[in-house]
Amino acid sequence: MPSISEVELSRRGLLAGSAATAVIAASPAGAVATTPPQASATPTMPVRFKVNGEKRELSLDPRTTLLDALREHLHLTGTKKGCDHGQCGACTVMVDGVRINSCLSLAVMHEGDEITTIEGLGTPDKLHPMQAAFIKHDGYQCGYCTPGQICSAVAVLDEIKRGVPSHAQGDLMTKPTATNVEMRERMSGNICRCGAYSNIAEAMAEVAGAKA
Amino acid sequence: MRAFTYERAKDASAAARAVAGNPAAKFIAGGTNLLDLMKIEVETPTHLVDVQDLGFDKIEATREGGLRIGALVTNTNLAADERVMRDYGVLTRAIVAGASGQLRNKASTAGNLLQRTRCPYFYDTNMACNKRKPGSGCAAIGGYSRQLGVIGVSDSCIATFPGDMAVAMRVLDAVVETVDATGQRRSIAIADFHRLWGDTPQQDTVLKQGELITAVTLPKPLGGKHFYEKVRDRASYAYALVSVAAVIQPDGTGRVAFGGVAPRPWRVEAADALLPRGAAAVTARAFQGATPTKDNAFKLPLATRALASVIAEAKA
Repeated sequence: MPSISEVELSRRGLLAGSAATAVIAASPAGAVATTPPQASATPTMPVRFKVNGEKRELSLDPRTTLLDALREHLHLTGTKKGCDHGQCGACTVMVDGVRINSCLSLAVMHEGDEITTIEGLGTPDKLHPMQAAFIKHDGYQCGYCTPGQICSAVAVLDEIKRGVPSHAQGDLMTKPTATNVEMRERMSGNICRCGAYSNIAEAMAEVAGAKA
Repeated sequence: MRAFTYERAKDASAAARAVAGNPAAKFIAGGTNLLDLMKIEVETPTHLVDVQDLGFDKIEATREGGLRIGALVTNTNLAADERVMRDYGVLTRAIVAGASGQLRNKASTAGNLLQRTRCPYFYDTNMACNKRKPGSGCAAIGGYSRQLGVIGVSDSCIATFPGDMAVAMRVLDAVVETVDATGQRRSIAIADFHRLWGDTPQQDTVLKQGELITAVTLPKPLGGKHFYEKVRDRASYAYALVSVAAVIQPDGTGRVAFGGVAPRPWRVEAADALLPRGAAAVTARAFQGATPTKDNAFKLPLATRALASVIAEAKA
């Protein structure tokens, strides 16, 4: 485990503590959960997948989302829970090379899959180029949405390279390029409450080798 | 989320049987809409049948010169298929106008057709909603209805079908293929697939319990210019207030369907015939008998203007 500053440590501890409370006390987006927690009501199911290249085996309540499996069971807390409804993108991870919202997928549906989280992209000692570019261009303020933004940004550049079309494209038969408009459209599933969007686009442009 | 049991089906008829025999069972593919609704307990299945291994993930040419899209083809893979981009541009345009990149990577073709309304009263379990709880009433009527339906709605429900992909499929006259628990296959024209609400808004489509979508077929290409104009409250990642899917031929004839306005993609063939006479003529016919609320009456002129913009672009 690479060393991290004490400030970060205490902040992480606080976030982890409050997140755990939130899971019990609150349901997202004003929704009302009417069922009391059912202890031992559901038998667990085994699931095996690879996370960041490492084989993992878990026994889970089938209700467990991929996001909760990563955070609560594998303690990979880099991936964040924002809205828990696929609206904010904080939970973005890559599964078999493509980005998805890990909050809207059941862990048991990922038997045999290869999952990449922010922890698998880079480390504080060896940053992924996108992580380095986010730091250089101030692509965040509070940082909560950042792991999702970075996973999404890496996947977006790959999607552009593979010719996946977007709403920003003029002619569908002309391969898309990493223009500012393209990247903004493709990143619309990642919300940033601090409004770091223009700097995120700058960071992506640097990695794409283009001008924002 | 309520507790449920989970199985991963190995073949289509076993999957259909597992769901047909249990009224509280559901298929799950991408899960992007179903899990969202299960978290807030609008959907409460007790058994999920995962269909991801059934092999319906290919897009193949048909003998008739069209395409057969497997039910499990993701929205991204459908939009990015070269044949679709070239010959069915309206479909690619509609798909990339909807949701986010992450959701399109997971959401399936069949699931997109089966997505449920985004009426705020359907989502809020404290409110009356005939679609969520039959007989409880409709809080949307007389409530906040800016996003809701203007035509094809009823006294029990004014929700819309919220999708984009299906609106393009309606213009293309797609056909939904299904199989049921007895192995019986059925082909359903997209025009007949989504129901008008009437007195039973809890039933979104004509599918029976346990009837599984296997594919969507597209007839041979129409040629012409393809458009999907979507008007929404933000530039990306928002549901349509009004959308227009259109294929316009060089002589000004064509086809047009509207999204965000009705329980199903809204196309009136008699209105298509009026395309050469301009947008106002088309929408006057297509929206004849509309029953908008005070909050959503703006959708009618908006539909005319969105179509006028498409027609102008087709001429350019």
